[in-house]
Amino acid sequence: MPAVSSRAPIKDTTCAAPPMRPAGFIRSPAGDGLTDEYFLNMGPQHPSTHGVLRLVLRLDGENILEVVPHLGYVHRGIEKIGENQTYIQNIHLTDRLDYLSAHSNNLCLCLAMEKALDIGVPERGEYIRVMVCELQRIQSHLLWWGVMGMDMGAITAFLYGFKEREPITNIFEEMCGARLTMNFFRPGGSAMDVPDTFIPRVRGVIAHLKPALDEYHTLLSNNVIFQARTKGIGILPAASALAYGCSGPVLRGSGVNLDLRRHFPYSIYDRFDFDIPLGQAGDCYDRYLIRLEEMAQSLRILEQAAAAFPTGPYRSKEKAQYRLPRGSHYAQVETSRGLFGVYIVADGSAKPYRIKYRSPSFANLMVINELVRGHKLADLVAIISTLDLVIPDMDR
Amino acid sequence: MPQPMPPAAFPVTNFLGDLIRAHFAPPMSDLLNGLLAIMALLAVVALTPICLIWLERKVCAHFQARLGPMRVGWHGLMQPLADGIKLLFKEVLKPEGADTFLFFLAPILPATASFLVLTVIPFDHHFQVTDLDAGVLFVIAASGLNIFGVLLAGWASNNKYSLLGGIRSGAQMLSYEISLALIMLLVVLLSGTASLREIVLTQQGTVLDWWICKFPGFGALAFIMFLISSTAELNRGPFDMVEAESELTGGFTTEYSGISFAMFFLAEFVNMFASAALATTFFLGGFLAPRFGLAALDGLLASVPGVLWFFLKSYGVILCFMWFRWTFPRPRVDQLMALEWKIMLPINLGLLTLGGLFLGLGWIAP
Repeated sequence: MPAVSSRAPIKDTTCAAPPMRPAGFIRSPAGDGLTDEYFLNMGPQHPSTHGVLRLVLRLDGENILEVVPHLGYVHRGIEKIGENQTYIQNIHLTDRLDYLSAHSNNLCLCLAMEKALDIGVPERGEYIRVMVCELQRIQSHLLWWGVMGMDMGAITAFLYGFKEREPITNIFEEMCGARLTMNFFRPGGSAMDVPDTFIPRVRGVIAHLKPALDEYHTLLSNNVIFQARTKGIGILPAASALAYGCSGPVLRGSGVNLDLRRHFPYSIYDRFDFDIPLGQAGDCYDRYLIRLEEMAQSLRILEQAAAAFPTGPYRSKEKAQYRLPRGSHYAQVETSRGLFGVYIVADGSAKPYRIKYRSPSFANLMVINELVRGHKLADLVAIISTLDLVIPDMDR
Repeated sequence: MPQPMPPAAFPVTNFLGDLIRAHFAPPMSDLLNGLLAIMALLAVVALTPICLIWLERKVCAHFQARLGPMRVGWHGLMQPLADGIKLLFKEVLKPEGADTFLFFLAPILPATASFLVLTVIPFDHHFQVTDLDAGVLFVIAASGLNIFGVLLAGWASNNKYSLLGGIRSGAQMLSYEISLALIMLLVVLLSGTASLREIVLTQQGTVLDWWICKFPGFGALAFIMFLISSTAELNRGPFDMVEAESELTGGFTTEYSGISFAMFFLAEFVNMFASAALATTFFLGGFLAPRFGLAALDGLLASVPGVLWFFLKSYGVILCFMWFRWTFPRPRVDQLMALEWKIMLPINLGLLTLGGLFLGLGWIAP
């Protein structure tokens, strides 16, 4: 593969460019020798890498032989910045990781601090946490659904997803002032109480979203083209999913029953009745259906929580400064993408000595080379889409 | 039933054509008439994309529960003009290593092809640039030029995404051209003529005499096949693998900007109109007013000029194309090929055989 096209004039013949072979490819050549393989740079600016993921593909015609993800394009050094911020300031940084799971990320850091400092959360605060996290799971999945449709060429789905997402975003805006990088939770509860309109609005979302989910099945899930594009594509065996450390819908799509809300309950998730949808084939369609079903289950949780929403204080007494005791502290939550963990090494001061985030998107991306084997370029788009990646979550 | 039109040596026998014929001798009058006809067609070619861009934006907006352009003019009526001006004034960039001649030739070809197809379309009894005896063959030949534009654009851009788009388009458009040609052949077989005007004239009578109904049941199937093949031939969604913005960023148009992109854009819309016009001509009675066998209603419908009926039917078909595009996801390129070679082609061959059978048994009068 020459670096320049053979049709381009070679200006300096004395030092021709060496043949380009991008780094990172480990598999041996395909070997039939009849066709040349070539490399294609996909991203960081590409419509379907959602944000700024860069993939370098090794292709044989339209067939994908290997994919090498290149990370770091939006690396902001959040973990390093975190060492110079107080714990409360660190909460503000977490919503810049997975911007669609900002509340869950905030909650994770708060849980770690509460566990370390033994801070309790009042009943109303717990309910607010669960409801906000579930609302956010729905809005994240709605955005994913729309984008998935767009990746499959059904642009209308994109706007439908956004249309239904809007009321939830409005709730967040009214609640904490932000529509995207929301910042609401604090150790011991939340920064503010929810407004009076919160419960009526949540009920409105529930009533509105149930028929919308059926509509989504009509528009996309039951479409014959969509099924042809996703069934049997990107099959992830359960063993591989576990070996790569996948979590969330990607792991459950392969049939592994692991949901932190059920198996390692935090907050008050153990009080609610909800199902964990599991896939069988582990293909794109399974991962797709699981996310749609998770929305329905989140609605169930919201219904139960809205019915039992208590009055009272929303936050236990806050401290002037949070100093985590010397040692290491860990907490994890189930975000819309999977297991999000935070590991803090504290030296007893107001700032963490070292802070490390375990982001679900990073582990979920790494499995991509297992999935694309033998598929076509268009399938890669479907696969990336069902992995539901958020790039700032990987690069941090 | 109206009298069949006498075959005209030169079909521009309308008021303007007669006026010129009255004042000029034959070679001069033919030249002037031809020039006028081409100018009229140029006006159609220029105005169609303007209407269609606005329509597409509005239709897609309302499909997607939004309003679409609302600022430029009443309900965004001037938006296509604003788009056009923007594209005109944008810099035309040529990527390094691109083949200059082919790179700038490619956008012109599809526009030319669509223009050529329109020359044989009968817009009304006397509104047609030329009525070729082998009009259908001409349509197939002219629309074949489209492939060159896309293929050359993909090749000349010196971009792998463009090249992939070009390769896909080559495979896709060639395959679906076969289906399209087979369906056209079916109509030619049934109507016993390859002149587009004559094909329209064989559909006189009530709505049931249109080829969509006249060939019982199978006419509708052939019409659907025609729509599917046209969509694929037009590279429109859901069969827009050639552009496939989610995979190939923009396919063959990735490297095009400014007016050279606008030419592709224009050609896409004129092509869509041409395909809809062909569907109208072949299956929906062309410029003939729909008749339902009710004297009062039929008189009223027949008082509307044929050219209006033609555009009304064509825009109805165009709305179908838009409906497809804004509803369905995009199949994979190999699935599209499988659809053509494993499903569409056998069905179309079967339809052709059935058409011959019906004709041979005398079940349909040509």
